[in-house]
Amino acid sequence: MSIIEFRKTSKHFGDLKVLDEVDLDIDVGEVVVLIGPSGSGKSTLLRCINGLEQISGGDLVMDGISVRAGKKQLRLIRQEAGMVFQQFNLFPQMTALENVAFGPRKVRGASAAEARKQALALLEKVGLRDKAGHYPAELSGGQQQRVAIARALAVRPKVMLFDEPTSALDPELKQEVLTVMRQLAQEGMTMVVVTHEMAFAKQVGTRLIFMEHGKISVDGNPRDVIENPPSERLKDFLQHVE
Amino acid sequence: MQTDWSVVLTFLPQLIAGAKITVQITVIGLLGGLILGTVAGLMRAYGGRVLNAVAFAYVELIRGTPIVVQVMFLYFAMPVLTGLRVDPMSAAVLAIIVNAGAYIAEIVRGAFLSISKGLSEAGLALGLPQWKVLVYILGPLAFRRLIPPLGNQFIVSLKDTSLFIVIGVGELTRTGQEIMAANFRAVEIWTAVAIIYLVLTGTMSVALRMIEKRMRIL
Repeated sequence: MSIIEFRKTSKHFGDLKVLDEVDLDIDVGEVVVLIGPSGSGKSTLLRCINGLEQISGGDLVMDGISVRAGKKQLRLIRQEAGMVFQQFNLFPQMTALENVAFGPRKVRGASAAEARKQALALLEKVGLRDKAGHYPAELSGGQQQRVAIARALAVRPKVMLFDEPTSALDPELKQEVLTVMRQLAQEGMTMVVVTHEMAFAKQVGTRLIFMEHGKISVDGNPRDVIENPPSERLKDFLQHVE
Repeated sequence: MQTDWSVVLTFLPQLIAGAKITVQITVIGLLGGLILGTVAGLMRAYGGRVLNAVAFAYVELIRGTPIVVQVMFLYFAMPVLTGLRVDPMSAAVLAIIVNAGAYIAEIVRGAFLSISKGLSEAGLALGLPQWKVLVYILGPLAFRRLIPPLGNQFIVSLKDTSLFIVIGVGELTRTGQEIMAANFRAVEIWTAVAIIYLVLTGTMSVALRMIEKRMRIL
């Protein structure tokens, strides 16, 4: 069953066509890895799903709601599609616990005690129960990103969107974030991940999409696609990434 | 030259009464200016084209004209135009509101726009409406960044009240002027007036430092 449907979705920035009539269905439980050269539109594709970028043509339906349906509907979409950013974007004035409890409190209307309990459980899940009282500035990049994942999960989304979640991290710190993501995939979370981590794509991804010039140029099983790239361009790209 | 500092003591009650009026104008004016400036600043930062243009015109109009001219306009020209008489005190307070509001608008706009766009996106991505992102996420961060430039503006506005001598408000400078005119004790009286201003601005500085210390800028 599709939970995300791109229907001839286009996105322009002025004259620049960043997404060019993309058609794509993503099913519940899929872990879709998006790769491609910079400027190919992969981040834009991801950001259109929760309306952080407004689409310019076609339609995009997420969990049965069109991103063009209006502000209120867009907020519903965003509650069902958690996002993790390259730069973490934790709220600096709040502790790890407050960051995670924020969504349930302000979006879902949970009580303070309820939100706190849930936040602690999520911090436990990402292995940061003991950092609950720390502010983002007191955490390493990897820890911040794990808190950010917990913050997104706290709203109980059906889909998780990852926008280059490990690109700002040292190689050592990448692993702790990838471990959390792997665990999430195993639990059956539907995930769309923009990344350059080919090992992750191979192990965890159920589908690999290679984008070029705002279009999907390759879409297939990650293992097959990485081992036998169907296009020269992809082969070339993979050599540069690894 | 002979100085007689005892005149300061003699006229101290009058000077303090003047200082009270200065403080009154400043406090009410800045409270109003803070509200007006916040609204105008948010209009500049987040308003649509129309709201932005309105706020922009206001800020440019006020920043581009001297405060003395503004208060003269409020006190002398407004009654002619509208038929509404304002007393000097109200004109003075209004002048500070309108004048400080324009500068505060730019301070507020700058503080909000200096916060990384990513934080706003993170809030929106959770499913929050824009206003909640402003109130719960950006507001508290912007507030911390507002304090230093706001402190500056508070001190400027306090000193600007001395210019209202031109419409005859009995504030500190005017009081000094009146005492001086009667006894010609220029050195003693203007020294005393200057010191009272220093005490007022100093108190404001210390208070703001204390708030600043309590809140780290993030």
